[in-house]
Amino acid sequence: MNNSVSAPALSFNGVSMVYPDGTHALSETSFDVRPGEFVTVVGPSGCGKSTLLKIASGLNRPTTGTVTVDRSKVGYVFQDATLLQWRNVQRNVELLAELEGVPKAERTRRADLAIQLVGLSGFEKKYPKQLSGGMKMRASLARSLVLDPSVFLFDEPFGAVDEITRERLNDEVIALFNRQGFAGLFITHSISEAVFLSTRVLVMSARPGRIVAEFPIPLAYPRVPDLRFEPEFARLCGAISQELRGAHA
Amino acid sequence: MSTSIHDEQHRDEQHRHEQHRDERHNDHHQMAADAALISGVTPTIADEQVPSRKVKSRQLSTYVGPFIVFVLFLGFWEYMHRDGMRRWLDKKPSLLPSPASVIDRAFLDEGVRGKLIEGLGWTTYAAGIGLAITIVIGIALAVLMARAVWLERSIYPYLVALQATPVLAIVPIIYSIFGGGMSSRIYVCVMIAIFPIVTNTLFGLTSVDSSQHDLFTLRNAGSFTRLFKLQFPAAMPAIFTGFRISAGLAVIGAIVGEQFFRQGQKPGIGIVMEQFRQKLLYPAMYGGLLIAAALGIMVFFVFSWIGKLVVGHWHESTRRNS
Repeated sequence: MNNSVSAPALSFNGVSMVYPDGTHALSETSFDVRPGEFVTVVGPSGCGKSTLLKIASGLNRPTTGTVTVDRSKVGYVFQDATLLQWRNVQRNVELLAELEGVPKAERTRRADLAIQLVGLSGFEKKYPKQLSGGMKMRASLARSLVLDPSVFLFDEPFGAVDEITRERLNDEVIALFNRQGFAGLFITHSISEAVFLSTRVLVMSARPGRIVAEFPIPLAYPRVPDLRFEPEFARLCGAISQELRGAHA
Repeated sequence: MSTSIHDEQHRDEQHRHEQHRDERHNDHHQMAADAALISGVTPTIADEQVPSRKVKSRQLSTYVGPFIVFVLFLGFWEYMHRDGMRRWLDKKPSLLPSPASVIDRAFLDEGVRGKLIEGLGWTTYAAGIGLAITIVIGIALAVLMARAVWLERSIYPYLVALQATPVLAIVPIIYSIFGGGMSSRIYVCVMIAIFPIVTNTLFGLTSVDSSQHDLFTLRNAGSFTRLFKLQFPAAMPAIFTGFRISAGLAVIGAIVGEQFFRQGQKPGIGIVMEQFRQKLLYPAMYGGLLIAAALGIMVFFVFSWIGKLVVGHWHESTRRNS
């Protein structure tokens, strides 16, 4: 997992963010995410984790500092599934390709593939109100996959689903990561989720958020569900948890 | 993989089912379908056609409630005719003819019935054209106002003023501009019906979820794309609420308009009723009243039904057991 030779897919350089209302959300943050890296940011709630992603995607402009990323290759998975309720799964998954002007036949082909990848085959004609929370998130993942992003941003995507579903979705994300080889930046407040998914975990402090610690996760891919019960896994979770308690103070 | 996801849905459905056990019989279908998905068989028709006792009693209560209220209404009417008018209001009973005499002398009398039906036609005509104009202008205004807060602030006071101005106060102005016939009645319809369409459409267009907007922003969607692929579809439930209210108001507008603008050979229900009143044909007049009310109710349900067709398959809060 050492890709330090390749150029970063996403690079934060001295980025800080002060909102117009005076909220100091982020201060002097610098880090890189290289292709094939999966970086997770954990931190207390309200520490500016989501701001980080908004800036990375270009939705927000940082007050100071620069972000280097190819915006056309960014995939964004929101906190909630943000599916369009009036479109069925198939047409929701096609949405982004449609907005990019991809011809009908091509986007149908890509959507079919993405739906298959997230395991939603057979649910193409269902409307969001007919889906469970976990299935909505799968559809949301598929929607981003259609554009084959090289940088994948996840904004606490599985915070609202139950624990078992969350673990299953984590397995899915890992499988997609191994298959597609994107650079991932994942926001969560679940430490075990962070350790399970990542090549590297960044710990943020309370507001104004900044990165206070960095943990490389030297566990080999592909990661199997039972990894969660290995002593090494527990040790890493413990170390990050300790650091987080410090960040809260 | 595919088993796990069916489990996931199944568990979720089961959970929902436990929570809303008596909510709707759709759940039974869903459960049957889920069970079938897991065992890998197609659900059979037999599975889906086993209505529970609860479902039956629900269907029964759908009709029993309205029926009881209808009987009470007729009873009250009959009582007021026989005794109430004199006892409580000190008026002649003939001012409120009994239900039977209304049916007899308004609906079973060929001449009166013919006039009422012609009136119904003209009133529907005025309300229909008025509503069509209202919808076009109303939605255009709402789209304009949704574009910028300053536009909303600039236009809104005039809508409120229009809403607050009594038709009676501007009858002479309407008369001098649109004349004394059908055009003025249609104008009154538009004036009365426009407010709910604008406010509901505006509300719908501007209350789209902000992360859905972000989704479009991330793909550099223009405002035209955003309007037609995001805002309008999201606003459809609100827009249909507006249609439903405005349609009823357009009928009222048509009848109110007929009180003032009676020229031309186009006697709407309001005009027909006034003619009966002048001839002291009270049962016939009440017949007109019932027909006008029926028109309002029908228009309301037609728009509820169209709304259900358009958004029912995806919108959560559309009632399922109508």
